Amino acid sequence: MKSWVEVRPGAYHDSVTLMRVSRRLGGRAGVAGAMAAMATELNREVLERMGFEVPAEAGPGDLVVAIRAEDAAFDEARHALDDLLHEAARPAPADGPGGWGEQAPARTTAAAAARVEASEASIALLSVPGPHVFPEAMDALDAGLNVMIFSDNVPLDQEIELKETAARRGLIVLGPDCGTAVIGGAGLGFANAVEPGPVGMVAASGTGAQQLMCLLDTAGVGVSHVLGVGGRDLSRQVSGRSALAALAALDADPATEVILMVSKPPAPQVADLIREAARRLDTPVIFALPGSGEGDRPGEYPGDRGDLTRAAEETLERLGRPVPQWPSWPAPAPARRASGLRGLFAGGTLRDEAEAVIGDALGWDLAAHGHSLVDFGDDAYTRGRAHPMIDPTLRLAALAEQAADPGCGVLLLDVVLGYGADPDPAAALAPAIEKALRDRDDLVAVVSLCGTRADPQGREQQANALCRAGATVFLSNAAAARHAASLVQARDGADAQTAPSATRTARDAAQTARNASRRAT
Amino acid sequence: MSESRPRLGGLLSREPHVVAAGVDVLADALHQQAVPVERVDWRPPPPGTEESLATVLGDPRHATANADAVGRMLSARPQLVDVRPAQEVLGLERGTFLHAGPPIDWERASGPMRGALIGAMLLEDLAGTPEEAEKALGQGAATLEPCHHHATVGPMAGLVSPSMWMFVVKDTEHGGTAYCSLNEGLGKVLRYGAYGPEVIERLRWMGGVLGPLLREAVRLHGPLDLTTLMAQAMQMGDELHNRNRAATSLLMRELAPAFASTDSSRADIAGALTFIGGNDHFFLNVGMAAAKCAADAARDVPGSSLVVAMARNGTDFGIQVSGTGDRWFTGPAGVPDGLYLGSYGPADANPDIGDSAITETVGMGGFALAAAPAIVRFVGGEVPDALAATRRMYEITMAEHPALQVPLLSFRGTPAGIDVTRVVRTGILPVIDTGIAGREAGTGQVGAGLVEPPGEIFTQALHALAGEG
Repeated sequence: MKSWVEVRPGAYHDSVTLMRVSRRLGGRAGVAGAMAAMATELNREVLERMGFEVPAEAGPGDLVVAIRAEDAAFDEARHALDDLLHEAARPAPADGPGGWGEQAPARTTAAAAARVEASEASIALLSVPGPHVFPEAMDALDAGLNVMIFSDNVPLDQEIELKETAARRGLIVLGPDCGTAVIGGAGLGFANAVEPGPVGMVAASGTGAQQLMCLLDTAGVGVSHVLGVGGRDLSRQVSGRSALAALAALDADPATEVILMVSKPPAPQVADLIREAARRLDTPVIFALPGSGEGDRPGEYPGDRGDLTRAAEETLERLGRPVPQWPSWPAPAPARRASGLRGLFAGGTLRDEAEAVIGDALGWDLAAHGHSLVDFGDDAYTRGRAHPMIDPTLRLAALAEQAADPGCGVLLLDVVLGYGADPDPAAALAPAIEKALRDRDDLVAVVSLCGTRADPQGREQQANALCRAGATVFLSNAAAARHAASLVQARDGADAQTAPSATRTARDAAQTARNASRRAT
Repeated sequence: MSESRPRLGGLLSREPHVVAAGVDVLADALHQQAVPVERVDWRPPPPGTEESLATVLGDPRHATANADAVGRMLSARPQLVDVRPAQEVLGLERGTFLHAGPPIDWERASGPMRGALIGAMLLEDLAGTPEEAEKALGQGAATLEPCHHHATVGPMAGLVSPSMWMFVVKDTEHGGTAYCSLNEGLGKVLRYGAYGPEVIERLRWMGGVLGPLLREAVRLHGPLDLTTLMAQAMQMGDELHNRNRAATSLLMRELAPAFASTDSSRADIAGALTFIGGNDHFFLNVGMAAAKCAADAARDVPGSSLVVAMARNGTDFGIQVSGTGDRWFTGPAGVPDGLYLGSYGPADANPDIGDSAITETVGMGGFALAAAPAIVRFVGGEVPDALAATRRMYEITMAEHPALQVPLLSFRGTPAGIDVTRVVRTGILPVIDTGIAGREAGTGQVGAGLVEPPGEIFTQALHALAGEG
């Protein structure tokens, strides 16, 4: 076995490219460990955990490559690394405007925008590291383009400045930290494959929007546009600048019949501002604010206190469309006794929604009872690293850790499909779940699967693979959370039914009752 | 905003067309959905520049200031209107010399700069021998000032002394005037630091015969539009810095009747025409004055990150920026990479020198290499390299020149107007065509090639624009 580490000062590749190189290299026969990464503090830690010693002088601007492999495979692996990096560095072919010879790709957003006919380009999609977003975003606004900022870790003052500049120019900034948008049928960032339809969304929550898209799609209802505005837009400081612009734009859009506003709980003053603006629109606005706990005016705004699934149902009712039975894929094995519930999420809103549902079911002192829910898409986990919907490494490690913890009885995970996401999340997750369940007969796994039939990963294939691994799978995140909570309650002594069909029955009964009471008023 | 402009620029009513910068998976996902994507090959800027970039690019004046500055640069209409002695037109006094690049003193001056100063002392009869001149200069006998501080530019050492004759170029659009000396030809010449008897003799003939003759011819001809002439020359294969063969020929064709109409003797006229015809670089100095006119029109626009001067004195490379007034940002001048004459080699080369990078400043020279395939091998490359060099410069410039067009790029305008922020962000440095002077005073030209400015001067300028340095 040979181990080798090399620092390449000044070489730069984005984290996703390096992750793919690392993955392809690590998958070679005879290679025990391999990583190519920028020497950020986080990556240094990972490398050290892998047993590589990283030279002290390597900094975040330097590339570190490390390989551990059997002697026979070592040299080939080193060559393969260079080939993979070389391939990654080769610019994508670009069709230059007139003239002889090839044109290299543009190096700034301004230069790229200049290559597109002024009447053609409509939006810039930015996913460069947060501290470097501002120049690219200003380039786009200067060129008359709207901006979607996928990146997080953009300074707050810059976010406000960009949004003010956009407003002055009659443009909009979606984000920062905007994971999802659908514009004229095109999914930007993480987006599911859905049909065009009457529902326009303003989303301060990417996975919240994805959950709603998927539920509506299952009910046969498509979307006109989904305008993500970023998780911080409804904060007191940003004051909903983009949400207000998005509401106005959707109100003026002839294809939009109903607007669905989805967000983590906004700052109270901002919530009032948004509601006031919504009230003035010609298009009805339905609010979906999962996890908002005690709604300030319960009942006045349907969906306020409810979950995303209820908001989707409310929207269907508003459109006069039937509410279907939300699909689920029960695990073949019967549920076992369960203790601590551990939620490992890639979607922040899905986590918050699950917490609210579970809190209602089990009481809100979740931590005291050994329950916990983590969002791996949070800034703290994505600094210098790709989102968990692209790079599953951290979450897979956490899964193994939880499975080894005897205090963990229920694993609750979300899997988000669609464009931009891992091309086959079950490929890594299903074996990990299977192994966890094989090693522990008192452990159960529940998956909330956010996807549509048309998604490139194929929802049915993913669901079946996860189900075969032993997980019970739900399309509705709220239903998944409710099921997970019921497994813990079952452990608490009751002989309650835990099969999903039973949960569904209970939920359906609640839904019927709710509808009845609404009609009564 | 006009009523007719669609909401959000038509975002919700048109097929989306996306510009994508950052992780490839997101652009790939759009490609997968058959959405047209223009990708950015983004790289991080140097550490420590994020804040200044945000300050400068976030300055509400920035976009309009740059549009204004580069608009002024490109709308300049330089015309050759006169030829006059420096003492007259610049008020240059005996004992004062102008030189290329940012300010410098004798102590720090390089070989060719010292050689040119010695030659100028001899020309102005301020010293009888080179040794005397050197001694006097060492004792501070002469006042040295940058050409750029006097609306003037000079190639290589750029030395201007009171008795030298100057092209006078007037910008009829914005009213500015710029000056440049007359080109002496190649080989052993003052601007490359040579000061032998033949150098001084030639300069005296230029002052006594060529200057007055040119003045008469230009005045007889009337204002000569240089934009049109340069545009034509570029389509004939000049990039107007290291190749001026077409422009020189066009200038001669234009002025020849006027030459013939002067009262000068046939011998003097023949001598002057022979001299100009034998010097492919004769137009360079006219073009430089035209470029200086255009660059000066763009000065002093608050908030603008447009480079309005790039100049080297043989020791330092300096730039000036529209939004930071007359301040120079300087770093060490590099040694050009190129081809050497005869047995000379890189060890004989002086660091980069001359105001001629004013041509690159306005979108000519290295920026127009794609227009001059005839010289690409001379500056160490092949035709695809020239195309790539010009295309690369579009990444750091604000505009395309409305008059100077590149046939090989389907008559696209040359990349013009260097943006400090774009240089810092991309790490792409301006490419400059240049002659190479010998390191030793008195040597003259040893070669020609390509050179880049030191990157840190753009970072300095950025911090200054941000009010941080």
